[in-house]
Amino acid sequence: MATYLEFEKPIAELDGKIAELKHVANGGDINIAEEVAKLQAKTEKLLKQTYAKLTPWQKTLVARHPERPHFCDYVAALVSDFVPLAGDRAFADDRAIIGGLGRFRGRPVLIMGHEKGNDTQSRVRHNFGMAKPEGYRKAIRLMELAERFGLPIVTLVDTPGAYPGVEAEARGQAEAIARSIETCLRVKVPLVSVIIGEGGSGGAIALAAGNYVIMLEHSVYSVISPEGCASILWRSAEQAKEAAEALRLTAEDLKQLGIIDEIVNEPLGGAHRSRADTATRLGEALEAALARFDGMDGDEIRRQRREKFLEMGRQGLNA
Amino acid sequence: MSWLTNFVRPKIRKLVQKTDVPENLWDKCPSCGQMIFHRELNQNQRVCPHCGHHMRIDVKTRLELLFDEGKYERAETPRVATDPLKFRDRKRYTERLKEAQAKTEEQDAIVVAFGTMAGAPAVVAAFNFDFMGGSMGMAVGEGLVAAANLAVERKAALVAVPASGGARMQEGILSLMQMPRTTIAVDQVKEAGLPFIVLLTDPTTGGVSASFAMLGDIQIAEPGAQIGFAGARVIEETIREKLPEGFQRAEYLLDHGIIDMVVPRKELREQMGRIISLLTKRDEAA
Repeated sequence: MATYLEFEKPIAELDGKIAELKHVANGGDINIAEEVAKLQAKTEKLLKQTYAKLTPWQKTLVARHPERPHFCDYVAALVSDFVPLAGDRAFADDRAIIGGLGRFRGRPVLIMGHEKGNDTQSRVRHNFGMAKPEGYRKAIRLMELAERFGLPIVTLVDTPGAYPGVEAEARGQAEAIARSIETCLRVKVPLVSVIIGEGGSGGAIALAAGNYVIMLEHSVYSVISPEGCASILWRSAEQAKEAAEALRLTAEDLKQLGIIDEIVNEPLGGAHRSRADTATRLGEALEAALARFDGMDGDEIRRQRREKFLEMGRQGLNA
Repeated sequence: MSWLTNFVRPKIRKLVQKTDVPENLWDKCPSCGQMIFHRELNQNQRVCPHCGHHMRIDVKTRLELLFDEGKYERAETPRVATDPLKFRDRKRYTERLKEAQAKTEEQDAIVVAFGTMAGAPAVVAAFNFDFMGGSMGMAVGEGLVAAANLAVERKAALVAVPASGGARMQEGILSLMQMPRTTIAVDQVKEAGLPFIVLLTDPTTGGVSASFAMLGDIQIAEPGAQIGFAGARVIEETIREKLPEGFQRAEYLLDHGIIDMVVPRKELREQMGRIISLLTKRDEAA
């Protein structure tokens, strides 16, 4: 059973009708092809209309859609010879962040990212993509490994945020995130980041301080969740819609603000409606992004990344 | 209303009104509850003489007590775009900014100053908690970048003194980007072979703690300061339990190996000067 979002009700109804028709016709000799085609055309039109003008809050819901492809789906679709690597060598293996070596379109890379999981069991195993200090420390270790062997790093970001818990604080959550950001900015190999779903605050930037940052069309990237922002500034989480508007968290906004470099368009009706197509589109963009750094030496790669972040917000905002 | 205010005309009323008596002659210590005469409290750098509780201090007092003889030179901090998102919650961000500026007589939540600490040259970037909770937006980020540049230029140590709830939500993603930007800034100081010292004061949380504020060569905290990533309320809501006693306090961080030391306010200047002198192989201060 597909999951429909609140604003997709009319689409769900049409899909339901199509399914019903097919069910009724099954075995009988009524010709329904024409009727189904008509309904399908209608659905497509409706999808196009709906997804062409999603509000920031609706995008937030799409970005969190339970069927949206996650880190492991992209790795399965885009990476061969994947060798997952575990552990921070100090405390534990945090499965909220998965990473490893692999071959992407022939090129050996280190790929890592947040994994949210796809069912109750895996969501718990991956802690819903909310990493603890050991997760960021694993990320640091993997980035340093990639640097040692000159492998480009690809990070796929998809997290509600870093895990807020007593043990996470006791083990230095803030320090782990800070070091992870520092490592992203220091490594002398290319780092390409993609926000594939939710780019939640410090937990996201810990893996996203890259040379080149891509966002999927319906992903969101923000300093705080709309609910969190609303409960602080509006004193009520009910105002999440307003907060989502105010925060300017869509890919389009962030491109305009000069925070990200590229938007990868999603197939009609969002990534979760055509997972394979989404992966291919992302693959194309990633290949082109990595090629930008071919022939650039390590110092130059690092300098480019630093200058890019230092320049952010310095120009073009108060026009 | 008394007969006097009813009968006397406004201009004359002023004459008969009681003259202002300062209300806060006495402060109550929030920790031990003792009443402290305000002059005694100020002389004691706003540390409770009964229980040693460290109260928050304003940024000017902070600079005076960190630098030798309370003398320092203020550095200009760069201007930044104001309210790029045209952010509005129940109030416009521009209004909130104006109010904070009027209240603090500062442009934003950071002050950069240069001077010496026990003889050792240092640039201090101190947060102003009274300015929108010391939240970090573009102005604060630029202030830290400027402070780092100044430290490199003057071959001085950089001392960051955060007092902040975290990122400034009203600047959205641009406030999040101050995490990598300030990280780059302090890395430049480190690469120049200069010490980067962080003095964590109450409170240091969120995006500030998860960036430059946890990257010091030496991490110092004031006694009792709240330091952590997630706010206590958020954690309580997540785990649905009461938090342990002393959780996220300076002493808790020391016990968990996250900071080097907890230093009482009146020893800070000496201790930081000593560290800078040792790290930069300066001769002993006369």
